[in-house]
Amino acid sequence: MGIVSPGFQGRPRSSEPALPPGQYLTQDFPVLSAGPTPKVPLDSWEFVITTETGAEYRWSWSELMSLPQETPKVDIHCVTRWSKLGTTWQGVSLDTLLDGIDTDAAYVLAHSYGGYSTNLPLDDLRGGRAWVAHTFEGGDLPAEHGGPARLLVPHLYFWKSAKWVRGLRLMSTDQQGFWETAGYHDYGDPWREQRYQGD
Amino acid sequence: MTDMSYLDGNMLDAPLRELFAVDLSGAMGRCENCGVVGPVGGLRVYSHAPGLVGRCPTCSQVMLRFVRSPAWARLDLRGTTFLQVPMPLDQPHPGPM
Repeated sequence: MGIVSPGFQGRPRSSEPALPPGQYLTQDFPVLSAGPTPKVPLDSWEFVITTETGAEYRWSWSELMSLPQETPKVDIHCVTRWSKLGTTWQGVSLDTLLDGIDTDAAYVLAHSYGGYSTNLPLDDLRGGRAWVAHTFEGGDLPAEHGGPARLLVPHLYFWKSAKWVRGLRLMSTDQQGFWETAGYHDYGDPWREQRYQGD
Repeated sequence: MTDMSYLDGNMLDAPLRELFAVDLSGAMGRCENCGVVGPVGGLRVYSHAPGLVGRCPTCSQVMLRFVRSPAWARLDLRGTTFLQVPMPLDQPHPGPM
């Protein structure tokens, strides 16, 4: 007779969804900010992608809204250890914005109204994994959460999802952004707990 | 810009005591952006963030960032051209060379 009965199904699965290591679940949406909230009127808002050769591609607010819209439902993970699951956004995929842009760049410095910046590999903005998001849970993205529009790159720690995003600088070499120069990780994968340089 | 909640720079005293033996809130710092000189205690400190961000009360530029990991503390002062720390008058000092 075996020591495992036929009815043994293993340990019951936890009802808690899986979280990256070191994270806790939150139901609210904490506001984190490194400075005052910039007020960006929609009639002067623009998003610009600058390639490594200096070519610029610009979208006004109305041009952004006329592009195909997507509604990603994603989990977000802040390096300050909170995670929020199943958040619903609306925005334009970076695949759409990067389509037709001629570049050999490997890195991106995302920059924002208010002076914030963060660096990412360009590949991480492709493949249906990144958006310029303007709507959160069916409403306009509040300014304290990055409205009118923020970068949304949910597979990386949320400091990479630059609030008040203004543009992307495509670069051949990596250039650190605001928190990266202060010691945070260049990539920031929450599942590998890449919080700080050297993690 | 709209206002965001921030604390005054005196809150930096405790975290910076991990690095320095002196109370830096009384030190004077010069903003690299606008040139204004003022006490560290007068900075506007944004603490609901992955680190502490001290901004110039005059021009709002970042003068100081402090990040504390489990293994290290990093003080980034690239927005500050100098820090002048008050010293006790009764201590011996090298004087002019």
